[in-house]
Amino acid sequence: MQTFMEQLPTVIGALNVGFLQTLKLFVVTLLGAVPLGLIIAFGAMSKVKILKVLCRGLIWIIRGTPLMIQLLIIYFFPGLVLANNVWGGGETGRFIAACVAFIVNYACYFAEIYRGGIQSVPVGQEEAGMVLGMTRRQIFFNVTLLQMIKRIVPPMSNEILTLVKDTSLARIIAMQEIIWAGQAFMKGSQGISGAIWPLFFTAIYYLIFNGILTVLLRKLEEKLEFFQ
Amino acid sequence: MAILEVKGINKTFDDTLVLKDISFVLEENQVLAIIGSSGGGKTTLLRCLNFLETPEEGEMWIHDKKIFDGLENKTLSEAQIRENRLHFGLVFQSFNLFPQYTALGNVMLARQLEAKSKPDYGKNKKEIEAAIEKQAKELLTQMGLEDRMDNYPHQLSGGQCQRVAIARALAMSPDILCFDEPTSALDPELTGEVLRVIKELSERDNTMIIVTHEMAFAREVADKIIFMDDGRIVEEGPPEQIFENPKSERLQEFLQSMITV
Ligand SMILES: Nc1ncnc2c1ncn2[C@@H]1O[C@H](COP(=O)(O)OP(=O)(O)O)[C@@H](O)[C@H]1O
Ligand SMILES: [Mg+2]
Repeated sequence: MQTFMEQLPTVIGALNVGFLQTLKLFVVTLLGAVPLGLIIAFGAMSKVKILKVLCRGLIWIIRGTPLMIQLLIIYFFPGLVLANNVWGGGETGRFIAACVAFIVNYACYFAEIYRGGIQSVPVGQEEAGMVLGMTRRQIFFNVTLLQMIKRIVPPMSNEILTLVKDTSLARIIAMQEIIWAGQAFMKGSQGISGAIWPLFFTAIYYLIFNGILTVLLRKLEEKLEFFQ
Repeated sequence: MAILEVKGINKTFDDTLVLKDISFVLEENQVLAIIGSSGGGKTTLLRCLNFLETPEEGEMWIHDKKIFDGLENKTLSEAQIRENRLHFGLVFQSFNLFPQYTALGNVMLARQLEAKSKPDYGKNKKEIEAAIEKQAKELLTQMGLEDRMDNYPHQLSGGQCQRVAIARALAMSPDILCFDEPTSALDPELTGEVLRVIKELSERDNTMIIVTHEMAFAREVADKIIFMDDGRIVEEGPPEQIFENPKSERLQEFLQSMITV
């Protein structure tokens, strides 16, 4: 039986590998969902009826069902129902499937935030730009955009902090993120079994990471406090 | 010769006519005041002049140039509309200043963007920017805001905001500056400072159209008054005639109601 101090490096090593996977899922989700959300938001506000119905329908379904179900369906549906496992086997396949599920899910939440932000800028702002002879493009980039960003930063911060914790749901399709890594030591892995304490350590990773993010996002909010 | 001629403007919202056959002329350097009870179509008329609304029928002429024709309107490009719109300036009831720019920034922004889109900007960047800033500072000084130029709108009083908005509109050198109830969003003690700068502008050979509920002010600055009611021009004439000798019953009632409140 190893002592705690002997087990620690093994556990930390495993948790680091898991956390890297968590971090990758987090970053890829943000990179994908931030722009995709904008597209869905514009679709949901479109004058083209079909586009609007499709986008609003997607938002309704995604926000109305648990992310866990979405993960399971996206991962297993192609293989089990279409008899074509597009994801391929192994950790890479699971990671890609998780990214797709997370990007679509978060894009829908972001879309609603964007839509609120866009609609909260008074029409008077655009009209003031128009009577001064600005083009629509100039008005968007020089007048409305920053006001939208100011309004969406606080709700986006909430979603981003939630995303950090939500990445743990990828565990359901056995993606080897940090909780999976911690839990392995309960069942037994690398000569350690029945240990619950690695799981507590995973919590510390989350706390530290979210703490850093909170500070950064708060800085961004403060940067935008020069106007009202 | 008339600087502006409006002919037979009709505008509907959801099948109700809110402007009915509006026609009038405005001479250069004249001040036109539009009065009338609310819902009469005054704001809609100013919005049509500034191309924020599109009338179904009618024409607008600036000098001898037709800038709007209800029949041909759909064929105009966005750039052409923008060019025509710049004959007018508009000061909104609720200021609509850009909150993320200082007073100076608000006045300069449109000019800067316009300059940047021109091909010679790259070569003469410094001179162009300096000229824009100089003009903006002069306008703000003229508005009595020389020590407020670096303040953001939320740091200014309503009266100061409205004066920034006036400077911002003047920066584009419009032929005709329109005001939509410029003081009705202000606390009573702040209306004076705004009315004073508008009066000064009227004395400096500016052509203006002012929608207002300030009857004494209208009488003092206007060369011509239009009384609108229910989407129509009911009566128009010089201030003395409108205020001392109103012909229509509606105008008599309206003036009566303005006195009693
Ligand atoms: N965007 C709009 N949609 C529908 N009706 C409108 C709109 N804008 C104004 N109206 C209507 O047009 C009429 C004239 O309004 P307005 O021009 O604001 O009058 P005023 O400025 O004289 O008070 C009112 O009956 C008003 O309800
Ligand atoms: Mg009005």
